[in-house]
Amino acid sequence: MRKRMSPMSRDGKKNGFSVIGKPLPRIDGPAKCAGDTRYADDIVMPRMLFSRLLRSPHPHALIHGVSVRRALELPGVHAVITGEDVPTKFGIMPSTQDEEALAVDKVRYVGDPVAAVAAVSEDVAEEALRLIDVDYQVLAPILSIEGALEAEDHRIHAWNRRANIQKAVSFEFGEVDAGFEAADEIFEGTYFFQGNTHLPMEQYCALATYTPDGKLTLWSSTQTPHYVHRALSRVLDLPMGHIRVIATPVGGGFGGKSDPFSHEIAVAKLAMITGRPVKITLNREESFYVHRGRHPVKMWMRTGVKRDGTLTGMWFRSFLDGGGYSSYGLATVYYTGALQTVTYDLPAYKFEGVRVFTNKPPCGPKRGHGTPQPRFAMEVQLDEIADKLGLDPVELRLKQVVEPNTVTVNGLRVSTIGLRECIEKVAASSGWKEKHRLLPPGHGVGFAASSYISGAGLPIYWNDMPHSGVQLRADRGGGVTVFCGSTEIGQGSDSILAFAVAEELGLRPEDVRVVTADTDLTPVDLGSYSSRVTVMTGNAAIQACGNLRERLFEVASEVLEVPADDLEMEDGRVRSRSLPDRGLAFAECVERAETRFGTLGATGSYRPPRHPGDYKGAGVGPTPAYSYSAAVVELHCDSDTGEIRIDKVWIAHDCGRAFNPLWVQGQVEGSVYMALGEVLMEEQIFRKSGVHKIPSILEYKSPTTLETPPIETILVETDDPEGPFGAKEAGQGPLLPVIPAVSNAVYDAVGVRIHEIPVTPDKILRALDQRLKDPTVPSFEFPTPIRWAPGQGVEVPQKS
Amino acid sequence: MLRLPDFTYVRPRTLAEASGALQELGDEAMAVAGGTDVYPKMKRGQFTPRYLVSLSRIEEHRGIRRVEGRGLWIGAGETLSAVAGHETVRRAFPALADAAGLVSTLQLRNAGTIGGNLFVDTRCNYYDQSFFWRQAVGFCLKKDGDICLVAPKSRVCLAICSSDTAPVLSSLGAEAVLVSAQGSREVPLDTLYRDDGIDYLAKRPEELLQGVWVPEESFGWRNVYLKLRRRGSFDFPVLGVAAALRTDASGTCEGAKIVLTAVASAPKVVVDAPGALCGRPVDATAIDEAAELAMRVSHPLDNADMDYWYRKRMTRVYVTRALRRLADAGETAGGADASPA
Repeated sequence: MRKRMSPMSRDGKKNGFSVIGKPLPRIDGPAKCAGDTRYADDIVMPRMLFSRLLRSPHPHALIHGVSVRRALELPGVHAVITGEDVPTKFGIMPSTQDEEALAVDKVRYVGDPVAAVAAVSEDVAEEALRLIDVDYQVLAPILSIEGALEAEDHRIHAWNRRANIQKAVSFEFGEVDAGFEAADEIFEGTYFFQGNTHLPMEQYCALATYTPDGKLTLWSSTQTPHYVHRALSRVLDLPMGHIRVIATPVGGGFGGKSDPFSHEIAVAKLAMITGRPVKITLNREESFYVHRGRHPVKMWMRTGVKRDGTLTGMWFRSFLDGGGYSSYGLATVYYTGALQTVTYDLPAYKFEGVRVFTNKPPCGPKRGHGTPQPRFAMEVQLDEIADKLGLDPVELRLKQVVEPNTVTVNGLRVSTIGLRECIEKVAASSGWKEKHRLLPPGHGVGFAASSYISGAGLPIYWNDMPHSGVQLRADRGGGVTVFCGSTEIGQGSDSILAFAVAEELGLRPEDVRVVTADTDLTPVDLGSYSSRVTVMTGNAAIQACGNLRERLFEVASEVLEVPADDLEMEDGRVRSRSLPDRGLAFAECVERAETRFGTLGATGSYRPPRHPGDYKGAGVGPTPAYSYSAAVVELHCDSDTGEIRIDKVWIAHDCGRAFNPLWVQGQVEGSVYMALGEVLMEEQIFRKSGVHKIPSILEYKSPTTLETPPIETILVETDDPEGPFGAKEAGQGPLLPVIPAVSNAVYDAVGVRIHEIPVTPDKILRALDQRLKDPTVPSFEFPTPIRWAPGQGVEVPQKS
Repeated sequence: MLRLPDFTYVRPRTLAEASGALQELGDEAMAVAGGTDVYPKMKRGQFTPRYLVSLSRIEEHRGIRRVEGRGLWIGAGETLSAVAGHETVRRAFPALADAAGLVSTLQLRNAGTIGGNLFVDTRCNYYDQSFFWRQAVGFCLKKDGDICLVAPKSRVCLAICSSDTAPVLSSLGAEAVLVSAQGSREVPLDTLYRDDGIDYLAKRPEELLQGVWVPEESFGWRNVYLKLRRRGSFDFPVLGVAAALRTDASGTCEGAKIVLTAVASAPKVVVDAPGALCGRPVDATAIDEAAELAMRVSHPLDNADMDYWYRKRMTRVYVTRALRRLADAGETAGGADASPA
């Protein structure tokens, strides 16, 4: 692998990096291990009130009136608000603002908030909820994708164009008919990916204050303080400059804390009304209702192949069960179709997707956002293709891995790609060739590969501003503070900033103070979603360091009497490269620079490069850099009980460069763990009445560390030119291959194909009895496709 | 978070005092030992006592000891961890050590008691839910409602026995010692259970369990407990199979007992199993017959994790594996892992 130096200072630095690539601990590690990290619910303020939300017990109902009189009379209750107090609609995506903080005239899922109370204690607040009278007119709930498509006249929302369809999209890239005509064999299959939830250990929590100067402050366990900032301004009709949003350290997000939420708006409004701090902490059950988790998706996939396994064309359909509101759904439906093209050469590709409303908690982004579902379908189908054609599934992939610096048929630019190395390494270390089809009955291995984005190429609301901004301040004592809007959700983003700055300025990470996720103090970063933070904040930090360094070098050059281009920063000193004993301490250099220039600060920012796709919908899929993963799962499947025991997971991940191998490994292992939960047991399931069947951490089955098998992580480095120090994402991508690899391993073990997740013991027994039916997909007329091919864009107006 | 409602906490020194307090306070009082089930249920509004009579200070329901000629005494107030780790229990009754060691998590086994597990409230996924949830779905027979949501035509509650240790102690012929202000009585543990999800214990409300005797003759019975659940780390059983048997020197079965858990509101004794097993070698044919008999009386319903048809089908598999384990094992048998490896 070629060694690459950072854009600013690497050239000439003989020893490579000083902190990047080393397994050093995170800067937030000591506080988290000592229990000293202050999460949102740890915040207590004088005169603080407690809030609770009244939630709808009905999945679908009109509200004819809400009477709060009895609740207000309860001693200890300070305020009660309803939809009329906060009627402005909001939502994460600008074009689908269909949420209300408190339902105004309709509720759309069991758990939809209707009123909010502020009281002297949680007990009183809870009691007050029981004194709120809501006049509901119960409507028939719509609980399935088919039901949503069929119910033309029975609508959950009125704003959308057609029945309960939030969005329907259709694309044809290249000549799909020709692709299938060129095929020797055509394979078709239907697949179902069950919905599931993030299950972060920290439940949702927010606290608001409204001070006599008319300023609102909200502390919240959120991944996206900037978007919460915008939503609060809109709904509360306050200028953004009068609102401060502080994201507290997030005790697990996984995508579930990326929307602006009712409880955040409710406590803000209640603080404005009462003039007192108001806190709300949702309980575990509520976290299942709020969630915005993985969409249940029904899928159909047709793939054409040559006899040697070469792909000639693919047609994919997805049907997303969106739940009661839009949330990120607009992006999700596109994501189910976007990334099929970036792993293996695909000359022609057709994608049709539709997201429907149902009377269930709204779905949104969860680790892998919209891409684990199609990846499951695709990698299982490729395994079947290899099997039917008598090819090794690993070889089938290896022969058609996308080349570096390719524009795919749907206009995505792949720069670096370590997929081949990932596949080869994971196959070698797992002993694939000695195991596949060769293990004793009941034992099996499965393989799959995948790709993910390192940050979305476009912001959620249209603008040309940076996606991430960093400010640096150097003080006279030599301390450096880095300010950035990025949000630490446990993935290590604060540490990324500290290490990037330390590397660039030759300091120790522990000497860099990090201030993040505070809209009063930090420049905008769009948030911790889409695996964007390392690449975007890392680049912004490097740029800011470069700007600061220019001033420091200008001064140092004069003092040391060496040219500026002979200077480097290392070990807390600014020194000459050619005469290393000629140097001065960083702190002294800062003093001299401040003397010369006045207060020292610098900024940096980052915006992703422009992407080649120019069709409507081309905004979902582009990224500064794609990460790649490949996994082999070895398992035992008991053919009497259908129980699966995962023996080991080998996973290789192309992370560009391991910014810190420990942290990357942690993200990879976390992804594997989460994937195993999704593929083996996790389900957001609902009763016919529309009520969540198992909203508790006991009955919503998710594996624990005790169920987690040995995981062997292999890091592949491709040194991406767009990544900071060459780094790409690691937080989401490694989840993707594990899920299909388990299904493929079950086939190797006991000879049955399971086309749906979770792959549960009862499904395996049904399949062994030949009683397991393939998932079904509804019939639906998709819009006329937008036709596009690289370099020859033709746009067709599209209606959904 | 869910709030624990206010209550008055009573801490008597003896079982008789505790029983007296329960009798005096009536319906508004409950006994609490480890509290691992009581407190969460109070938070969810399933239990609504105004008084809790704590058994934590009481000494007379503690101790695990062998009494020659009588058997093994296990005090009801011993924690599940203590039972699971006790040397004699592990050696002579691995089924009990396993069953106790498979209840929930280590933290809860350190707090929860064997008495609490023997009398643990029946479970149902229409019932083990928050007040909000039960209100949204509609209240059920077992709490606040008048219909069984599992089977609307059922007149009795169908919540399931979820004790891991009850089937094992039942299979070992344990006797329960109950204490009240009026004195104590000793009854076969089996007779304490009723197949009714609400009124699942055949004892007076103020009667407290002091402990159980595993009779002397049960030493020498090979025994095993196998538990079906989604996760090995902490789930309640959705099927449990306790099996105990004794063979003579030639391998002929002299006595056998199979008891299932989580397939009814009470531990389910497979009454016909001894007939199929006794007087012959414990071979594949005998095991198949017994497993078939067990499956016939296993009636899981759609009110717990995993499909009910699956749990019924697993009854045969688990009973087969349990008996095979006992047939194969020499002196000792045990282990909780049902996998054949």
